[in-house]
Amino acid sequence: MIQLATSASEHRTLIMSLFGVFVIATLGITLWAGRQTKDAADFYAGGRAFTGFQNGLAISGDYMSAASFLGIAGLIALFGYDGFLYSIGFLVAWLVALLLVAEPLRNSGRYTMADALAFRMRQRPVRTAAGISTIVVSIFYLLAQMVGAGSLVALLLGVSGDGAKRWTIVAVGALMVIYVTVGGMKGTTWVQIVKAVLLIAGAALMTVMVLAKYHFNLSSLLGAASDASGKGHAFLEPGLKYGLTGTTKLDFLSLGLALVLGTAGLPHILVRFYTVPTARAARKSVLWAIGIIGVFYLMTLALGFGAAALVGPKTIKASNAAGNTAAPLLAEQLGGGAGSTGGAVLLAVISAVAFATILAVVAGLTLASSSSFAHDLWANVIRRGKASEKEEVASAKLAAVAIGAIAIVLSIFADKLNAAALVALAFAVAASANLPTLLYSLFWKRFNTVGAVSATYAGLITSVTLVIFSPVVSGNPRTSLFPHSDFHWFPLENPGLISIPVGFLAGAIGTWLAREQADPAKYAELEVRSLTGLGAD
Amino acid sequence: MTPPPEPAPEQFARIEESPEFRRLRSSFRNFAFPVTAGFVLWYLLYVLLSCYAPDLMSTKVVGNINLALVLGLLQFASTFAIAAWYARHAGRRLDPRAAVIRGRAAAVPVVEGSAE
Repeated sequence: MIQLATSASEHRTLIMSLFGVFVIATLGITLWAGRQTKDAADFYAGGRAFTGFQNGLAISGDYMSAASFLGIAGLIALFGYDGFLYSIGFLVAWLVALLLVAEPLRNSGRYTMADALAFRMRQRPVRTAAGISTIVVSIFYLLAQMVGAGSLVALLLGVSGDGAKRWTIVAVGALMVIYVTVGGMKGTTWVQIVKAVLLIAGAALMTVMVLAKYHFNLSSLLGAASDASGKGHAFLEPGLKYGLTGTTKLDFLSLGLALVLGTAGLPHILVRFYTVPTARAARKSVLWAIGIIGVFYLMTLALGFGAAALVGPKTIKASNAAGNTAAPLLAEQLGGGAGSTGGAVLLAVISAVAFATILAVVAGLTLASSSSFAHDLWANVIRRGKASEKEEVASAKLAAVAIGAIAIVLSIFADKLNAAALVALAFAVAASANLPTLLYSLFWKRFNTVGAVSATYAGLITSVTLVIFSPVVSGNPRTSLFPHSDFHWFPLENPGLISIPVGFLAGAIGTWLAREQADPAKYAELEVRSLTGLGAD
Repeated sequence: MTPPPEPAPEQFARIEESPEFRRLRSSFRNFAFPVTAGFVLWYLLYVLLSCYAPDLMSTKVVGNINLALVLGLLQFASTFAIAAWYARHAGRRLDPRAAVIRGRAAAVPVVEGSAE
């Protein structure tokens, strides 16, 4: 490990210059996009001028985060088959977005998720609830990205890099604020597109190199991985992480539910549907995204099992207990091993790609949450629709700075968690607070303001409370956020199994108990708009 | 790209009651709802088998490739297939109907709606 750290830091210049090229190129794009960003539709929705393919790439860029690349590869490398569930859940979830959400949302909203949720409701309470939940989900997600960034820096700069790690997180935060405030949605979308291409290329290169070592025989790769894991065939079977007790099995079920229902409630993904001109283009972008993301997740199998076989779980764990550095370590091994020039070059390339990934996702999240703050909370709730467009965009930019600062501060505490597990919490919150409201609002005629507000708050409060009192936050001396205290009483790490049904139930109960009736004319308008695209922006 | 003039509220109500719109809605719902239920159940079956039937899942199929991996890869295959199926359905049954309704709405002047 010490040898790895020194050899890596000798080539730090290479990593920094590769990453520097990405930063300069994307800043150039951002400046160019910034000059074209004139009104609110440009800032929030990139002028709605992207094609289905471009937006499909950008969606993939937004979705294939540090959690997918670093987190899943690490989980597969450490826990074998159980890590693969993440890939499957993250992909299948796109069908919910494709079949039920993407097109109606594109047709009935303008800039934010709350636009569609509040369409036929009383604006202020629904926008307040949706705005708050947008910001909470995005901050959970941001945290996961920052944790990934932190683990990478620790790998590249060695164990002594605590100060450097903080500075890197601050630098990532500062860059994302620039992307968002200067480039708006147009700049951020192009950054996602560039990053998606880089990430796919990097992952494909490593996949081919791993498979070539095993003569393109999946079975021998799996055999080598299970031998190196020290766990034998159990490594290739379900249960290593989640099969231990009845509780961990329930945790697996909870995770599975959160993954498949979370995607269609993620605000930073939903706002992507506004960047294309029509619902048909929104559908096309999801189809492209499913293809790109699906291929990428198939490659995580090769990356994860390859890291287990070629690097070995011991080395991975010594570098990062949660496995977040498995992919870069694999790159170094594939290039020729620690200390070799080839190893250092490939490590540098893959680390730079991972940084680019993190930076782009973080920018997308910041944009979605600051848009929601400005458009929902500031313009519609606080200023009651009296804010000018200029004022609204200015408040979005200020919010981006504030959200960046919050993410930086929080991420300093969270570095022991696995990036994918952390993102799964964001998925659980999204599935509990956003998805019930979104689906009811689109498809249930009787659904009303009280129902919308109760579903959002009940899902949000239940999921966040259960996370706070789960082993993720306290009680586990090795992996908890606060390892030295124990105030946990909820046994599962992922709250989805409880909080998703709570969100759906609360929406139904709130609707039934409310004295006010839903407005049938507004529902007719929403139905016609969402299915035909009539009157859409 | 250029949005037509904003339709009047009465116009939405009239379109919603029209047989064309009802057909569009049912061909959307009759596809999207059952297919969603189907793939969610198929996915949950996979998750439950992974959780509660590890012995079955560890059945070897070829070499080191076991049933768990095959079922996992089948989830990928079914996702791609359902996405393609929906794209075909939407292109054939949804887009043309939506276009007819939009075209008709644009042809009807907004004032006519308010005269009713």
